[in-house]
Amino acid sequence: MNPRDGMGIAADVRARRAKARETTVAALARIRDRDPGLNCFSAVLEEDALRDAAAVDAAIAAGRDAGPLAGVPFAVKNLFDVRGLVTLAGSRINAGHAPASRDATVVGRLRGAGAVLLGVLNMDEYAFGFTTENSHYGPTRNPHDPARVAGGSSGGSAAAVAAGLVPFTLGSDTNGSIRVPSSLCGIYGLKPTYGRLSRAGAALFGISFDHVGPLASSVRDLAAAYDVMQGPDPTDPVCAGHPVEPCLPLLGEGTEGLRIAVADGHFATRGEPEVFAAVESVAKALGAVHRVTIPENDRARAAATIITASEGASLHMEDLRTRPLDFDPMTRDRFLAGALLPAALYLRAQRFRSWYRAQVRKIFREVDVLLTPTTPFPAPRIGQDTITIDGVQVPTRPMLGLYTQPLSFVGLPVISVPVAGLGPLPLGVQLVAAPWQETALFRVAAVLELYGVTAARIVP
Amino acid sequence: MSAPDPADVARYVDEVAAVLALAILPECREGVVRNLTGLLAAGDLLGDFPLSDEETAPVFEP
Repeated sequence: MNPRDGMGIAADVRARRAKARETTVAALARIRDRDPGLNCFSAVLEEDALRDAAAVDAAIAAGRDAGPLAGVPFAVKNLFDVRGLVTLAGSRINAGHAPASRDATVVGRLRGAGAVLLGVLNMDEYAFGFTTENSHYGPTRNPHDPARVAGGSSGGSAAAVAAGLVPFTLGSDTNGSIRVPSSLCGIYGLKPTYGRLSRAGAALFGISFDHVGPLASSVRDLAAAYDVMQGPDPTDPVCAGHPVEPCLPLLGEGTEGLRIAVADGHFATRGEPEVFAAVESVAKALGAVHRVTIPENDRARAAATIITASEGASLHMEDLRTRPLDFDPMTRDRFLAGALLPAALYLRAQRFRSWYRAQVRKIFREVDVLLTPTTPFPAPRIGQDTITIDGVQVPTRPMLGLYTQPLSFVGLPVISVPVAGLGPLPLGVQLVAAPWQETALFRVAAVLELYGVTAARIVP
Repeated sequence: MSAPDPADVARYVDEVAAVLALAILPECREGVVRNLTGLLAAGDLLGDFPLSDEETAPVFEP
């Protein structure tokens, strides 16, 4: 049994070729061995995991259906509520909160499908960052080079998959926080359409853009986790009443009939050459020659930055007033600045968002899937403040969101796929679709994986 | 509109933060001014852009 193949584990457990408990024991042993050098996990739930795994085995022994993810180990960013655990959201402040009384909706759905929760994962404080350089709990290190960042804010979620600790994890993405670490760690990451998956029980950050989604070592595992989490949730006002549209059964459908194009302009500048080579290798494999231009992406980033800073600050106003020094210095001054923004700027940014959405909608009348780079460069070193791109020195951390931020700004579904055959460090390419068209993304991702154009890089 | 002068932003931070009962401690002030200057510059980028009748009222169902 391959411990990195979630659906393979489920098939073996369901067919009684393997025991969930033994799988869990092996996964916990690997975490004990590898995680001290990486700092992916902020808590490992050994006792609970062994109990849940034993319950899966007992259900199967009794002839009951243990669920499509029976015995599959997983872990979640520590901003998801897990019953009995304090939800840190990467902060020291929240350590004083009461433990969660119930699981976040998506965590509950995964556990209900038989998946076994092994623990919770490190992140940037309150999700405000792209590198998981958390001053309270230490940085999460990139499994492909521990001197480098894993990306963020779902850095623990991406590194845990890339290190082969679990086949899939959950993260959240406001401006790129699933896609950036997926790119830097060389794995698959899905940011679904805004409103597709329930955020109930997930600590929020930028309420206009917050999404939750899976990160995984294969397209199949990504689809399986996503399918289980879909569906309306009356406890989340943002989660639309959209019907469940399973993607797992469509992975063999191929790309016939899909109009695939490459984004140029903003998405073809200000990156390392290998980033654009990665896009070209994906485009070539898909026969995508058409180029399209989304206009005004720098203004989209500016508007997203204003909205995020303002909404993020408003969620933490009381703590900013009473205990600013308990915030991570990496986020504190940005939250305080957001608290001082005039409301008129915030509303202008929201008006611009409507304009930008209209432009994007026009483009997706002609195109089904758009290709863009995920990050403008591979993983920077931990503590690296600046990077030189095209001879221009720029701040490293905000630059990581150059290509992701405009797309989450208008809630488009995106899968970041890990491109094969590059240099020593991984890089991702974004597959982008019109709202609610996740099925098209999965069909393309499955073809790319099948033909070896993309492959998760999991350390042995 | 033109990019904000950091000295003006510093004065704004001191005065508005006081009104909002938001204490900007000395170790935070330089970072807050720098970040707010960046956010206001982002706002300028939007201020320059012609927007017509884009509807942005939040959808609220009573």
